[in-house]
Amino acid sequence: MFVFIVRRILQMFPVLLGVTLVVFLIMHMVPGDPAMLMAGEGATQQRINEVRHGLGLDRPLPVQYFDYVNKVLHGDLGDSIRSNRPVLKEILVRLPTTLELSLASIALTIFLGLLFGIISASRQNSPIDMIIMIVALLGVSLPSFWIGLMLMYYFSVKIHMFPVAGWGTLRHMVLPAITLGIGGAAIVARMTRASMLEVIRQDYVRTARAKGVTERVVIYKHALKNAIIPVITVVGLQFGALLGGTVLTESVFAINGVGRLIVDSIRARDFPTVQGTVLFVSVMFMLVNMVVDILYKYFNKRIELN
Amino acid sequence: MGKWKIFYKRFAKRKTAVVGGVVIIIYLLVALLAPVLAPYDPLQIDLVHKLQLPSWIHWLGTDDKGRDILSRLIFGTQLSLSVGFVAVIIGAAIGVPLGLVSGYYGRWVDAVIMRIVDVLLAFPGILLALAIVSALGPSLTNVIIAVGIFSVPTFARIVRGSTLAIKRLEFVDAIRALGASDIKIIFGHILPNVLSPIIVQATLRLATAILTAAGLSFLGMGAQPPSPEWGAMLSNGRDFLWSAPHLAAFPGAAIATLVLGFNLFGDGLRDALDQRMN
Repeated sequence: MFVFIVRRILQMFPVLLGVTLVVFLIMHMVPGDPAMLMAGEGATQQRINEVRHGLGLDRPLPVQYFDYVNKVLHGDLGDSIRSNRPVLKEILVRLPTTLELSLASIALTIFLGLLFGIISASRQNSPIDMIIMIVALLGVSLPSFWIGLMLMYYFSVKIHMFPVAGWGTLRHMVLPAITLGIGGAAIVARMTRASMLEVIRQDYVRTARAKGVTERVVIYKHALKNAIIPVITVVGLQFGALLGGTVLTESVFAINGVGRLIVDSIRARDFPTVQGTVLFVSVMFMLVNMVVDILYKYFNKRIELN
Repeated sequence: MGKWKIFYKRFAKRKTAVVGGVVIIIYLLVALLAPVLAPYDPLQIDLVHKLQLPSWIHWLGTDDKGRDILSRLIFGTQLSLSVGFVAVIIGAAIGVPLGLVSGYYGRWVDAVIMRIVDVLLAFPGILLALAIVSALGPSLTNVIIAVGIFSVPTFARIVRGSTLAIKRLEFVDAIRALGASDIKIIFGHILPNVLSPIIVQATLRLATAILTAAGLSFLGMGAQPPSPEWGAMLSNGRDFLWSAPHLAAFPGAAIATLVLGFNLFGDGLRDALDQRMN
């Protein structure tokens, strides 16, 4: 297990390097002169040259890249053009909000996904199963930003049950969490159903039934324990999709999180912030994936040992 | 019974998949016949009749500039379908050869290509597409490029996996023994055998591509006003959620129905083709 964890961490490094390269190159594709942009309108040529030199943009591209990686490794993601503050600070100020939203959504994803997946599997081919699976497919197909707007219209504008936008209280959290979590819940439900159906057919479940164990115990104690393993991977992937999805959800509900920081920075052509935030979120995603892989291995191992 | 007949029978048995197919055909027809079907010019401004609720004159009402929403949705079908198709073709055109080469040659070629794929997959969700559009500038063309690149790793992975399985089969050894070149083996013999997963993936990917493109336009990164692109229409509708919620409701429903159609169809296709392979 220890060797696996170490190997998994080492595997992350080349990908991490690749991600920094992609982010670096994408931001160098930006048309126009970033030095001119940062110097501001009406700046003299001398001032632009100074800014260019200050940013190191007059040096060869590979040198700039190594310099960039070196800075990133020291926690320096550059300064925001808009606020002049370090990008990392801008991110960290907003991170708790995005994490709260993501955790609330993933909790909802897991709860609804498992619940409906299990119900569906234990009543295979019944009308309930059909309805759940159709709703699940609908959940995957609906644009999250549209769900958000429709929820906002009904629950905030019409019946005033939840606040329209913003963040801070539990009531602020409900609609955004549903918006962000519903697609994931649909995917987890489909996966749970498929995984449960596979497990239910196996011999040990049949043995448990033959021994006279009640159906409830068969499903929740014997089958679920094994069926949940592939679901862990899907939940991990969903957490990643969720991090990306915060971009849309935070924009719909005017939540001042990391996702909205990306969108606002793109609009303001604040490229250091876009670059830094995209890198930060991607690294977070990679870390989550790593933890999921380790958990998967751990649960699988326990079952192998048993 | 021929292979296609068996496939057709299996596919037709899945009612939801057939429904998906019908939805796609309807949308395709709407896109093709848009100039005939649309009751009004989608860009015609008529401020006297702005923000009207659905009525017999304007079936889905009018927007804040008095433009007929139904006509805009009908023309928007052309945009969403072309964005989806072109983006998926770009993704497949790059991803499929990468997957074939990676799976066929193995060793360092495979290692290098798969690390690149890993890097592209390390960006969560819409983020890679968003970063690309942010650099290229907001436009529907750039959205197509971004969503296309966003689809490359999925195709590469699926095709690599299938290629790995196929290249071990005896017939590949036989063709090689007959002196066929690698290029001929890869594109002439392996590619036709991995078409099923590619087609299934392309169908499901169309759904994702349309959703992603609409999302980018919703954020203001894609189609610009007055374009009748659905995501852009939804974004515009957001400003009138209080007074005229139908401005946001209808474009969203249009996106959801089309995406659901592709998902249903793709699911059915996968099941039917899977069984055939078994």
